[in-house]
Amino acid sequence: MRTIQTDTIIENIREMCIEANLHLSTDMEQAVLQSEQTEDCELGRQILGQLRENMKIAAEDQIPICQDTGMAIVFVKLGQDVHIEGMNLSDAIHEGVRQGYREGYLRKSVVKDPLIRENTKDNTPAIIHYDIVPGDGLELLVAPKGFGSENMSRVFMLKPADGIEGVKASVLQAVKDAGPNACPPMVVGVGLGGDFEKCAILAKTALTRNIDEGSSLPHIRKLEEELLDEINRLGIGPGGLGGKTTALAVNIETYPTHIAGMPLAVNICCHVNRHIKRLI
Amino acid sequence: MEKHIKTPMTREMVKDLQAGDYVYITGTIYTARDAAHKRMYESMLEGKEPPFELKNNIIYYLGPTPAREGQVIGSAGPTTSSRMDKYAPLLMEHGLSGMIGKGKRSPEVLKAIRECTSVYFAAVGGAGALLSKCITRAEVIAYEDLGTEAIRKLEVEDFPVIVVADSAGNNLYETAVDDYKREHIKASNPQEGGCEK
Repeated sequence: MRTIQTDTIIENIREMCIEANLHLSTDMEQAVLQSEQTEDCELGRQILGQLRENMKIAAEDQIPICQDTGMAIVFVKLGQDVHIEGMNLSDAIHEGVRQGYREGYLRKSVVKDPLIRENTKDNTPAIIHYDIVPGDGLELLVAPKGFGSENMSRVFMLKPADGIEGVKASVLQAVKDAGPNACPPMVVGVGLGGDFEKCAILAKTALTRNIDEGSSLPHIRKLEEELLDEINRLGIGPGGLGGKTTALAVNIETYPTHIAGMPLAVNICCHVNRHIKRLI
Repeated sequence: MEKHIKTPMTREMVKDLQAGDYVYITGTIYTARDAAHKRMYESMLEGKEPPFELKNNIIYYLGPTPAREGQVIGSAGPTTSSRMDKYAPLLMEHGLSGMIGKGKRSPEVLKAIRECTSVYFAAVGGAGALLSKCITRAEVIAYEDLGTEAIRKLEVEDFPVIVVADSAGNNLYETAVDDYKREHIKASNPQEGGCEK
C-alpha cells in the first residue's frame, strides 16, 4: 500500500492546467509546423503560419494559445494499491483546477446550470473519468477541451451491417458538417464500439493519444490512415478556407460491443489539442 | 486583395469589401458573445437602447482570457459565430455594419448582411495569443457581471481578418473549398497549383 497526499495531487493538477494551455505537446506542435510546409493553398499556408507564430507568442509571453482554455477534462488511472490521504480525491482535482485557472490567468468558461447559465467563476467542476488499475501508481491526464470543436462532435448508433463503409461515411459527414466551425486543422478522435456513453469516452480518450502513435491494432491503424487521407481530400483546409490540411490526425479507440450494434462517436478537436500526462 | 480600414465602418466602406479580401482593421471595435448578445437582444426588444452605438460599428465575437500584469488583454481569438445567429439580424437592422468571428452563418444572417449592407469577417480561430498583440486598449463598458462575456470596447491596430460574407451576397466558405478542389485537380500541372485567394 502506497500513500499519496491530496496536496500533491492539487499541485500537479494546478501545474498541468497552466502548462497545457501555454504549450502544445511536441507531437501537436510538430504536426502544425509540418503542415505549413506541405499545404498547397496560399491562404491556408498563411493561416498555418499564423498558428505557428501564435504558438511562439503563447510560450514567450505566457498568453494562452487559445482564449477558450476549455473545460478541464481529467482522466485518472488510480492503482488499486494506492491510499489517498487528505481530502476527497475528486475535491482535490477540482481544487487543482480552481488554482490553475486562477493563477494561470486562464478563462473561466463553466456555467453552474445548463439552463440558468451562471458562471462558476473558477472553471470548476472538472469532468473526471476514473479507471482503477493494478499497482500502486497514480496517472493523471489533464485535457482542457475547447467547445468550438466540442459542439461539432457527434454520436452515431450504427448497425453492424453498416460496416467499415458506414464508419467512414459517418466520420466524413461529421468533419464536413464541422467545416470552419471547428477551427481546422483538427484532430479527429473516434470511439468505436462499447455502448452509447462508452463510445463517447473512447473518442475523448482517442484525442489524448499522441498523434504520431497509430493504433496498436493493424486494421484500425489502416482505418485511421485511410480516413485521414479521405478527410484531407475534402478540401476544407485551414480555417475552412480551402486546402489539404483539414485534419492533422485521426485517432481511433475501440471496445467490444453488442451483437446488435456498432456505436460510433466522433469527438473533434482543433489544433489546440491539449493533453498532458503525469505519473505520481 | 489586401485592404486597410479605419473604424467607424460606413456602408460605403462595406460595399468596397469583397469575400476573400484580407483586411486589416484599425480603430474601435466592441466585443460581445453569447450572454451579452442575449441580454442586449432582449433589452432591445423591450425598446431599450443598446449599451453602445451600433451604427457603423463592428462586433467581435470574443471572450478573452484575463490579462496578466502589464498586458492589455489575454488571449483574444474569435469564437464560433453561429451561436449569435439568432441575435445578429436585429443588431444589423439597428446599424451594426460588421461582425468578426469564425464559422458558418445562418441563411437569415446572410440575408440581413445583404439587406443591411453589412459584412462578416473571419479571424483565425486558435490564434488568440497572436491576435491579442493587435489590441492596444481594452475596457469593459457594459454587463461587467458576465465576466469574460462582458462587453468590451477595444482599440485595435491592423487587426487581421478575412472577408467571408460580403454585402453583395458572396460567401467565401461556400466558394473557397470548391475553388481549392477545382484548382487542386488541375494542380497536376504545376503552373496552376494552389487555390484562389
